[in-house]
Amino acid sequence: MAIRTVYMDNNATTPVDPRVAKVVTDSLDLYGNPSSMHTLGRDAHREIERARALTADMIQAQPREIVFTGCGSESNNTVINLLFLPKVTDGGRNKFISTVIEHPSIYELDEMLTQRGIEVVRIGVDELGKIRMGELKKALDEKTALVSVMAANNEIGTIQDIAGISTMVHDAGALMHTDAVQAAGKIEIDVRKWGVDYLSLSGHKIYAPKGIGALYIREGAPFGPFLLGGHQEDARRAGTYNTTGIMAMGAASEMVCREGRAETQRIARLRDRLEQGIKDRVDRIRVNGHPTDRVAGTTNISFYGAEGESILLYLDMEGIQVSTGSACATGSLEPSYVLMETGVGAELAHGSIRFSLGRYTTEEDVEYVIEKLPPIIERLRRMSTL
Amino acid sequence: MSDKQTIFNWVYTEKVKDHFMNPKNILEDDDYQEDGKGLVGSMACGDQMLVAIKVENDRIADIKWRTYGCASAIASTSMMSEMVKGMSLEEAYSLTPQMITSELGGLPEHKFHCSVLGDKALRAAVDDYLERQGRDNPYKRQTAKIVCECKGITDQQIEELVRDGSVTTLGQLQELTGLGTVCGGCKDQADQMLHDFLHIYGK
Repeated sequence: MAIRTVYMDNNATTPVDPRVAKVVTDSLDLYGNPSSMHTLGRDAHREIERARALTADMIQAQPREIVFTGCGSESNNTVINLLFLPKVTDGGRNKFISTVIEHPSIYELDEMLTQRGIEVVRIGVDELGKIRMGELKKALDEKTALVSVMAANNEIGTIQDIAGISTMVHDAGALMHTDAVQAAGKIEIDVRKWGVDYLSLSGHKIYAPKGIGALYIREGAPFGPFLLGGHQEDARRAGTYNTTGIMAMGAASEMVCREGRAETQRIARLRDRLEQGIKDRVDRIRVNGHPTDRVAGTTNISFYGAEGESILLYLDMEGIQVSTGSACATGSLEPSYVLMETGVGAELAHGSIRFSLGRYTTEEDVEYVIEKLPPIIERLRRMSTL
Repeated sequence: MSDKQTIFNWVYTEKVKDHFMNPKNILEDDDYQEDGKGLVGSMACGDQMLVAIKVENDRIADIKWRTYGCASAIASTSMMSEMVKGMSLEEAYSLTPQMITSELGGLPEHKFHCSVLGDKALRAAVDDYLERQGRDNPYKRQTAKIVCECKGITDQQIEELVRDGSVTTLGQLQELTGLGTVCGGCKDQADQMLHDFLHIYGK
């Protein structure tokens, strides 16, 4: 049996902060439907509006620019569906540009878009995971309706220059969306400085529970609801308000505002220590992603001659929870598309592990991983065909 | 039972876990004097297996292996190595992935392909042994299965064509062998088979 649990999969999901958990528990008493006119309804409504202001603060937005959704994927889907809005495609704008490293809730919609007459262009990335600006510049034209570029990548953590990209996109007269699910809480987000029209957020990556997301819609940006049939969220998203989730999102956002900067500095130090510790003890590895423009908690490492799922499961037996860079564990034989796009090569990509540190990662956790990992790699390499 | 074990259980059986944690018969000695050796798969595809056998009186006297692969691949090869010790070459040659996985108490469906490499590597090792001995291979024909009834094309013919790089697509296979060009009823099966063989032998 494992001696301890070391959670290093914070990019997959974060634990719920105990202070957020308290808000969740308390919220259960606010059972009134926030759309109801009576006291119980109004009490819940008040808390929702408070949470909206807190969430807006995290990204320097106005409260009315925030719509709560069910998750980050819903936020992304909502924006993609704007491509069927006449306001957005007016003047023959039927082109959608995204990147080769987007989350599935963006890129898996490509086929549906193509079938429905939208031209889809995906911009490549360099070996550090930065999108190729020249390619984007070339693709942007008077046909472009919408561009979506993730602010920080979930697998390798590379951060994009969203402000610079937004300027280019707006110069072409198109709309700009960024999936900031992995960026929130890890880098400072300022929607005005970034100049984006839409921005997606998720609660469970910032220590709130699963099942709550948010979408920033710049005041004046074209919009139509994805979920229809209700007046909630100012008729921008139908469905009874998720009082509990929304309050949790507000509380989690408030903590990011208050503690985010110090927290990311601490996490970055731990991540650097982990990376160095592994580099010192294990040879034939490659650290993926950008050396500096990378979110604090993420390090993605390819181990030559050791397969990712095997590393993951041996680490799991030591109580260490990580993620593979390879999709093998989820049923596909293909290695991670993000790593392949950055030119890692299939052999190395199959042996990739993502360590994502977070609010509760300690120095002891890092030392424990540095101690336990090298013998596992050594063991797998000994039984490997390499 | 700890939480950790519960998590493991819904992915893999206890037996898989045991063989993954304590794999048997790993080839550790670089000077191992094998009588036959087989290598299938590729690291680029995510799994590669090497099987080395010693043969006495046409029986598998000893078997050692190395695997680059996921937990299922490691567990399947380990299980296979335990199963075939003492088997006649003929028995070993007709070992199927189903026999290995059922001995393991099952694998998750999407992991089934991992067990296919183990018996392929074993057959490659037997092939290599017979070739080194300059002997005919009587087992190949016995285990061949007809895929295309109309043209009489077997799984082994398809495997050979993929292994020597003659075909990489169903179209090429059809052109070369006529498979699936009459009733067409085998095309899905052949395509799946082609896909599996490409995974095993492809780069």
